[in-house]
Amino acid sequence: MNSQTNQSMSLANPEGTNLSIKQKTAITFGVLGLFIFLLAIFNTNLPNKALFLISSLGLITLGTILYSNNAYLTKPKGIKNDGVFFKSISSRGTLGWITGIILTSFYIVLYFIPQYLGLASNGLPNTGLIALFDPLSKLLSGNPASQWFVYGTLYTLAILVFGYKFMLKYRHNRYEQLRTASVMFFQLGFAFLIPEFMSRLNQSPNYNLPYYDLKSMWPLNYYLFDSWSINGLLSSGSLGLLMLVFGVISIFVVSPILTYKYGKRWYCSWVCGCGALAETAGDSFRQLSSKKLSAWKLERWLIHTVLVFSVIMTTAMIYTYLGKDSSKFWLTQSTFLTSVGVFLTLVFALVMLFKRKELGKDARYGAYGYFIVIAALFIMHYTGTTDEIFLIKASSLRSAYGLYIGSIFSGVIGTGFYPILGNRVWCRFGCPMAAILGFQQRLFSKFRITTNGGQCISCGNCSTYCEMGIDVRAYAQKGENIVRSSCVGCGVCSAVCPRGVLKLENGTLEDRINSNDILLGNDINLIDLIKS
Amino acid sequence: MRQKLKLNYFMEHIVIIGNGIAGVTAARHIRKLSNKPISIISSETDYFFSRTALMYVYMGHMKFEHTQPYENWFWEKNNLALVNGFVKTIDTNTKTLYFKDGQSLSYDKLIIATGSKPNKYGWPGQDLKGVMGMYHKQDLEQLETYAPNNLVCKRAVIVGGGLIGIELAEMLNSRNIPVTFLVRESSFWNGVLPNAESEMINRHIKNHHIDLRLSSNLKEIISDKNGQVKSIIIEETGEEIPCNVVGLTAGVSPNINFIKSSNIETNKGVLVNKYLETNIPDVYAIGDCAEQRKAIGLRRPVEAVWYTGRMMGETLAQTICGHKTPYNPGHWFNSAKFFDIEYQTYGWVFAKPKENHAHFHWKHKDDTKCITIEYHTISNEFIGINNFGIRMRHEVFNTWLNEKRTMDYVINHLSDANFDPEFYKHYEQDILKAYSNQLQIQTIS
Repeated sequence: MNSQTNQSMSLANPEGTNLSIKQKTAITFGVLGLFIFLLAIFNTNLPNKALFLISSLGLITLGTILYSNNAYLTKPKGIKNDGVFFKSISSRGTLGWITGIILTSFYIVLYFIPQYLGLASNGLPNTGLIALFDPLSKLLSGNPASQWFVYGTLYTLAILVFGYKFMLKYRHNRYEQLRTASVMFFQLGFAFLIPEFMSRLNQSPNYNLPYYDLKSMWPLNYYLFDSWSINGLLSSGSLGLLMLVFGVISIFVVSPILTYKYGKRWYCSWVCGCGALAETAGDSFRQLSSKKLSAWKLERWLIHTVLVFSVIMTTAMIYTYLGKDSSKFWLTQSTFLTSVGVFLTLVFALVMLFKRKELGKDARYGAYGYFIVIAALFIMHYTGTTDEIFLIKASSLRSAYGLYIGSIFSGVIGTGFYPILGNRVWCRFGCPMAAILGFQQRLFSKFRITTNGGQCISCGNCSTYCEMGIDVRAYAQKGENIVRSSCVGCGVCSAVCPRGVLKLENGTLEDRINSNDILLGNDINLIDLIKS
Repeated sequence: MRQKLKLNYFMEHIVIIGNGIAGVTAARHIRKLSNKPISIISSETDYFFSRTALMYVYMGHMKFEHTQPYENWFWEKNNLALVNGFVKTIDTNTKTLYFKDGQSLSYDKLIIATGSKPNKYGWPGQDLKGVMGMYHKQDLEQLETYAPNNLVCKRAVIVGGGLIGIELAEMLNSRNIPVTFLVRESSFWNGVLPNAESEMINRHIKNHHIDLRLSSNLKEIISDKNGQVKSIIIEETGEEIPCNVVGLTAGVSPNINFIKSSNIETNKGVLVNKYLETNIPDVYAIGDCAEQRKAIGLRRPVEAVWYTGRMMGETLAQTICGHKTPYNPGHWFNSAKFFDIEYQTYGWVFAKPKENHAHFHWKHKDDTKCITIEYHTISNEFIGINNFGIRMRHEVFNTWLNEKRTMDYVINHLSDANFDPEFYKHYEQDILKAYSNQLQIQTIS
């Protein structure tokens, strides 16, 4: 069937819109800003680093702002998806692939060969790109820059400038605007500035704080319970202890309450840094996520496997951190293992008791996960020494997780592949935090996307623009509410719907999951007949 | 493409002509209720797609495959045989369909769901190259050929101010192709919309730089030497407008030419009774192509609307599977989008209020949001609402219509029906105030 009317390589440009003069100027500014980075990477001796850094960041910001203004403010408010599947960048065209390759290479260099970016070793001064960022790092934390500082700065900048672009694109939609303002705020304050100030505190001998993004919860920040992190927090007085307690409370108290009331969106699309990048810089790629049933199956296996892995890994890390003697510290290895086991059993039993029906066929997979973790606990108990578990070093388990999940999955694939697989690859297939929040959202949350009676025309805009690959239309055309563990509540399905069918809502738990064979609008007797 | 059907010879073979929303809904519901073998015939596309979404393919919001609500494996998995073919004639005596390519297919029960075709009123030049409707997938392909961009198509003229016309204007506008929009009426769609709404849409159309010509009819389409459109002439003024594409969107009518030679009785559409049965036993018609012998309530005998097609499909499936059910749709509802303004309607709002009815109209000062409510002036009963730029809940209005709520009740409870996204500004207080003011004015005068 010939349906390839799009992604034209012909000279007759189907968009019929070439870039305006203003847009070309804006792009020139942005490219000049990036060019300064390139100069720095090639170790050009830039005379005044601070000035060049300010110019490059400034030019990139200015370029994006001018471009966005011209692209959106010149047109009436409304949905701005014209030509998305004709543009090379947003339809896996040449530009898309080039961007993907550049991003992926950047992540590989960043994680595995940071010296290419100019990271110094043995106390020598930084060179290259990293040296360009020294002035800003010294201003904030007093230390020279690291590859992570460069990455953090660029990451934050991307969220801020593309967040601005997103807010203009959706300037008719207050939900989208507030949500974007929120992620911009949390990224700038919590992920970027506060950790830098914390590291300034470390100049005092009383503090030895690890890098800690307060909004980033375990198991997303899988390193929270690493010995260096715990030692650092514990040796930083009451502030450190407070932060550790805050970390634990946010996992077990704050997060369940907020997820119950608002769904996982309170985190995934209002607070989280990964979500923030996906929703801003990644917005142009949301339509590339796969909506196939097979992708959904893969998603459920992968994300829950990562969750099980991260639970076992973290348990192992804490286990080896703890001692055996209860007189030294109340929490010993065996008490800890027992309490993990009891906690998980409790969760498992309660779910099976009260939510068996909602889980349906998935109950079996939940049970698999549960038994694997419990078995791992037993093995840990019988094979565990102070640094070994499962007969291997606990730290190697941790490094494996850090390498394969923390770096390759979340960074190289998760972000590098934005232009190929869509902007939520990590959030959808890998993030263990999303798995936990999703589990809560599916079973204990007031959140759902309501469909509006019989108004759906099955057009498919909602499914196409769902970054999590949910086939929203499949529910909407049956008049069925969307209650899916993966939904991050970005609200775009509701925004792009041309017929006002979808609404994100927090309501009562009863009738949250509904299913209608006959849609509203038909014969009332017929609807009743089908229901009975 | 012919798919093998797991035939069970003890069961009757259901054949559906047309793979649109009506036919496919019928097939899905028959499958839910039974194991009867089902064949769905179409010459338009292999797989079901959402016709209303074709515009988004041209605009680049989606690819064509995104308009297909079911993945391709769905049909075989549910034992629904898809037949690509064009039915030329129906022999109801031998219960056989004859295809254009000479093949044939026999049926036990036949469902005609062939939808509509664009109206052509015999304009000179209406069959020239570059003249097209906007209904079938083939129309989209035509448009892609003749209007790929504003270099090939320097101007397009749209004839007919209805829902498809304005969608076509939006489509062409998305590729920066200048559009002249000829509307026969004195204001856009004012046969359906009350004046204030219709005029708001006029202004919105013009804000999108569409050359809107009201009270203008097409006289003729002029050909160039290659048989392609060169220009059109307006009846009223005699003005000639050079253009490369002409979109004919002056409504649609049932697509039933191939039935005319059979024994099945037709008028504008295939005539059916309230059970959607034609005059021939075991032959049914649903969707756009069906014409009710007796109109249901205030509805028109032929209703070319997505929702009614779906409802007829749902209903007929019951009858076919042994629960004989009349087609008895509930309260009228519909929706559309005019460029950036969404429109929904629940119950009846007429262009001019019916006898003993009145309209209450409220419009926001930004000129993109308004509502009109029709109500009974004596009983104060709520009759229907048109809402533009504000989303409303179908379920709530359906309940209010069932309960025959009064206008006062509805206006005081409007916030219960609001379906706008969270954090949107609400206008219920404004609306209530406007309503109270209007009442005061009425009492004084």
